[in-house]
Amino acid sequence: MSHPMTLTEKLLASHSRRKWVSPGEILKVRLDLVLANDITAPLAIQAFKEIGAKRVFHRDRVVLVPDHFAPAKDIPSAEQCKTMREFAKVQRLSHYYEIGQCGIEHVLLPEKGLVLPGEVVIGADSHTCTYGALGAFSTGVGSTELGAAMATGEIWLRVPETIKFVYHGKLQPWVSGKDLILATIGAIGVDGALYRAMEFSGEAIRQLSMASRFTMANMVIEAGGKNGVMEPDEVTLQFIKGRAQRSYRLFRSDPNARYEQILEFDVSKIHPQVALPHLPSNVKDVREVGKVEIDQVVIGSCTNGHLEDLRIAAKILKGKKVASTLRLIIIPATQDIYRQALKEGLIEVFLSSGAVVSPPTCGPCLGGYMGILAAGERALATTNRNFRGRMGHPESEIYLSGPAVAAASAVKGRICHPDEVIKRKT
Amino acid sequence: MRFEGRVWKFGSDVDTDAIIPARYLNQSDPKELAKHVMEGERPSFPGEVKRGDILLAGKNFGCGSSREHAPLALKAAGISCVIAKSFARIFFRNAFNIGLPLLESPEASEVIEEGDRVRVDLSTGEIYDLTKKRRFLSKPIPSFIQELLRDGGLIPHLRKKMAKRKK
Ligand code: SF4
Repeated sequence: MSHPMTLTEKLLASHSRRKWVSPGEILKVRLDLVLANDITAPLAIQAFKEIGAKRVFHRDRVVLVPDHFAPAKDIPSAEQCKTMREFAKVQRLSHYYEIGQCGIEHVLLPEKGLVLPGEVVIGADSHTCTYGALGAFSTGVGSTELGAAMATGEIWLRVPETIKFVYHGKLQPWVSGKDLILATIGAIGVDGALYRAMEFSGEAIRQLSMASRFTMANMVIEAGGKNGVMEPDEVTLQFIKGRAQRSYRLFRSDPNARYEQILEFDVSKIHPQVALPHLPSNVKDVREVGKVEIDQVVIGSCTNGHLEDLRIAAKILKGKKVASTLRLIIIPATQDIYRQALKEGLIEVFLSSGAVVSPPTCGPCLGGYMGILAAGERALATTNRNFRGRMGHPESEIYLSGPAVAAASAVKGRICHPDEVIKRKT
Repeated sequence: MRFEGRVWKFGSDVDTDAIIPARYLNQSDPKELAKHVMEGERPSFPGEVKRGDILLAGKNFGCGSSREHAPLALKAAGISCVIAKSFARIFFRNAFNIGLPLLESPEASEVIEEGDRVRVDLSTGEIYDLTKKRRFLSKPIPSFIQELLRDGGLIPHLRKKMAKRKK
């Protein structure tokens, strides 16, 4: 008997010794990788010890990344990083990344080939959903569960219903994965995919770079989604070539798989998008935002700190100056991206424009440090959340966009379409 | 398990940055976290909330980050349970794992008001508004999660299981 399954269902079935699974079932799932960072790992380590565990389930499959408040921003943060470092040493973890080789976890792990198509991954960080772009199942959990999973290599998961998102048509200039996902969240709301899998497909997705795909999968949590997935293709295989150090499996959804809902988008109608305060679903076409002056622009984060994002920003900033009323902070997501940006001359462009370039860190994205907002200040960021007070004072405001709008707006001093700053070759 | 307490009512899409802002996440002592709980939504809340009180919210409570510090802060502040129209999924798992019960009831979330006294029975899922004298039934909590709660959360639950295995 054949039982058609979606990509997400196949991924979960393959890790729970099942031929097939259906939405609503609760499974015990085998994990390929578990991840924690400097904020969530200390509690996870505490949980690991409290349940009486002695050794992690596999020293190559537990990844710890100090990225949120690292390089340590204060004494308590330094203590948290120390807890993590010592645990990694005692457990002889192969994948503890000290600053200097490190970067923001969700960009770092794919870069190092630590997550591959066909795998199941959990992380004590809500944006763990990013890896779905590779054709893997990945989702965020809390510290206690992560601590238990470090010991057992297993977790219980409910098989989610899948909503399929199909994107047709040709992308508009300056539009990237960020604009597509913002438009999608704008359409369905911050709980539009609550507990659901979001499967992204259609020819417009096939045309997207790996960076743009990661950006889309990264923000499924902003729609309440459990995971986001894309079928692996040539672009995926090209990306993992030279990075993959173990075998992997390519799954696709069956043609007659069952979806809870299918939503279609014509991307030729999607122009650069901006999310207004204080929800990622509060989305508008940049041309309809009106005159919004800003105090700070941040280009970085696990959403848009990829090399490609920096290239887009540099293209716009080249030969231009950041508005005198504004501060521009650029944060390459990893050490490798930083180095490559240096080689390509991007960092030179940023410095000449009057931007400050930070070492890889989450920093201001979650209001940690490296660019916190004062009361009444307004920022435009390429990050993923614009909740009230996320970047600093509860009375500050955050707007979200892709790197093109962010860079152009840094030049203008107000939110604008990149066309206002750079002439397009037609 | 039964609770009775005063209700604090909040709106929809309350995110984890509002429950406990990241600037307090450079440590994870529940007592310290409790001092700032819900501060982003209502600055006076940490000083006013009493042990046993019940938090009521709209849809998608706890959306945003995976920080377990959010349910930990609520629990340490004395909140006995949260009733909402719906919960964000990571918050949902985290709360049960650390032993903070959640109840989903769209009707209760609409009708019950700030300041009402409410009694909750976890085993039956019954929510009784003593002020309004109205009864609501929440979505039942799956039995394995009830077992987690009875044991006091995932850690004591796993410890118990491990001890059994050794015998
Ligand atoms: S960059 Fe921001 S969203 Fe991404 S992991 Fe860091 S804090 Fe979280």
